[in-house]
Amino acid sequence: MFPFNFEWIWDMSHVVFMGGLWYALNIIGIGMTFCIIKAIYDTVKGKDDGHHAEH
Amino acid sequence: MDRALIPDGVQRDPLWKFILKLGPVVAVLIWGVVAMFLCWIKGLNQTNMNNYYGFALWIWADLAVIALGGGAFFTGFLRYLVGKDDLKYIINFAVLVGFICYSSALLILAIDIGQPLRGWFIFWHANVHSMLTEVAFCLSAYFGVLTIEYIPLVLENRQLDRVPFFHHLSHNMHGIMAVFAATGAFLSFFHQGSLGGVAGVLFGRPFAFREHVFIWPWTFFLFTWSAAAYGPSFTIMLLKITEKITNKRLVKDNVVQLLAKISGWMILTYIIAKIIDTWYWAAVTAPSKGFTLIDFYSNNAFYGLWILFLEIVVGGVIPAIILVSDKGRKNAKLLFLAVVLGVIGVSVNRWVMVLQVMAVPIMPFDQWALYLPSWQEVATTILPVAYGVILIALSHRYLPVWPQERELNPIDAPSAPEAAVAEDIDEAAEAAPDGDLAPAQA
Repeated sequence: MFPFNFEWIWDMSHVVFMGGLWYALNIIGIGMTFCIIKAIYDTVKGKDDGHHAEH
Repeated sequence: MDRALIPDGVQRDPLWKFILKLGPVVAVLIWGVVAMFLCWIKGLNQTNMNNYYGFALWIWADLAVIALGGGAFFTGFLRYLVGKDDLKYIINFAVLVGFICYSSALLILAIDIGQPLRGWFIFWHANVHSMLTEVAFCLSAYFGVLTIEYIPLVLENRQLDRVPFFHHLSHNMHGIMAVFAATGAFLSFFHQGSLGGVAGVLFGRPFAFREHVFIWPWTFFLFTWSAAAYGPSFTIMLLKITEKITNKRLVKDNVVQLLAKISGWMILTYIIAKIIDTWYWAAVTAPSKGFTLIDFYSNNAFYGLWILFLEIVVGGVIPAIILVSDKGRKNAKLLFLAVVLGVIGVSVNRWVMVLQVMAVPIMPFDQWALYLPSWQEVATTILPVAYGVILIALSHRYLPVWPQERELNPIDAPSAPEAAVAEDIDEAAEAAPDGDLAPAQA
């Protein structure tokens, strides 16, 4: 739900619930976007970052 | 083709043996899938739910796998945020178990809502006064986090890792994994808590209702606490079962001991809080609503005080004592017993907070609602187990889940100098005339 939806009300419940969801989704989205763009950059540059087998 | 996908330096069964072993599990999976489609095509009349008893068996399974999957967020929290570096040797498996648990939980919810095509309604037409809305939000977002944590493991497959883009992507995801782990811990705290909160706010059902801290009932904190406590025990239990099936040691003892110790102390502190909560509820909260403790455990054929004993003493106190003691943890059989009892304990807790809550009569003229699930419910509840076994088997076979496996299970091969000598002898034997000994053999 977004603030431009007809159901939206500017109250604490909507701001906290939906704000929390969008906050989490933004972190995940920005994090993944960063990883993908950097991976493309590293691939094009032919960067060698060695072997990794564990988290 | 299959050999080329198996990680370097490890031994796996031949493909035919692997497929043969998975056969019965695939049969169970198909049984569950048939039941699932029956529920989707014919509707929820395939279950034994009714207007009085609105939770199917799979809702218990849903809450149980979410609690047991808590090992992923808590191990990630310990590894990336607290800095317990040794846990890097088991974090891959914890993530895999979490991924299975949460994908199973979402699958169960997709069956439970009856019309999965309307699943997105909860995001678009959210009821922002419902704890279950928060659960749906956090569950979905956390499943995204677990997928992100699992993807690098898939990309490290021997063949995929050769593709430069996948190699770099996996490397970069490792680089910022702490951010994802922190997000996962945040999301887990809230959805585990809210699942408990749902029971605790039911003021019309005194068996579940608990006192509050601000807007949060005690069950909110107890659910989060128990997931963090018992989740790692579940990870250890599955690790031990996997080691038994594969006949290999996959993780070193010091890593398992560390996780077991943390789990033990978490269980001990949780069970003390749970005992205090239960005592206060039995002595103060329930009587204030007109009930005594024994009202909840009598006049029916199934629910007796035994279930309270099973949950708190057998599934809580005993595993806590074993896991916090050095001797208990280091004894392989006791360790396994403790983690199994822990898993039973938290599963019974979720059973009680979901199914017994619905069964206890509220009005003086009510009867106990003892519930027998239909075969479709049983099949769809077992479905995630079969799915989990298959995913663990595939990951074990093709992905580098165990960083210590090569060290713990060296493949017997002749060392380089020995191999060279053997080769020389063979060559000399071939060159020598029949009946003569080669110089080295002489």
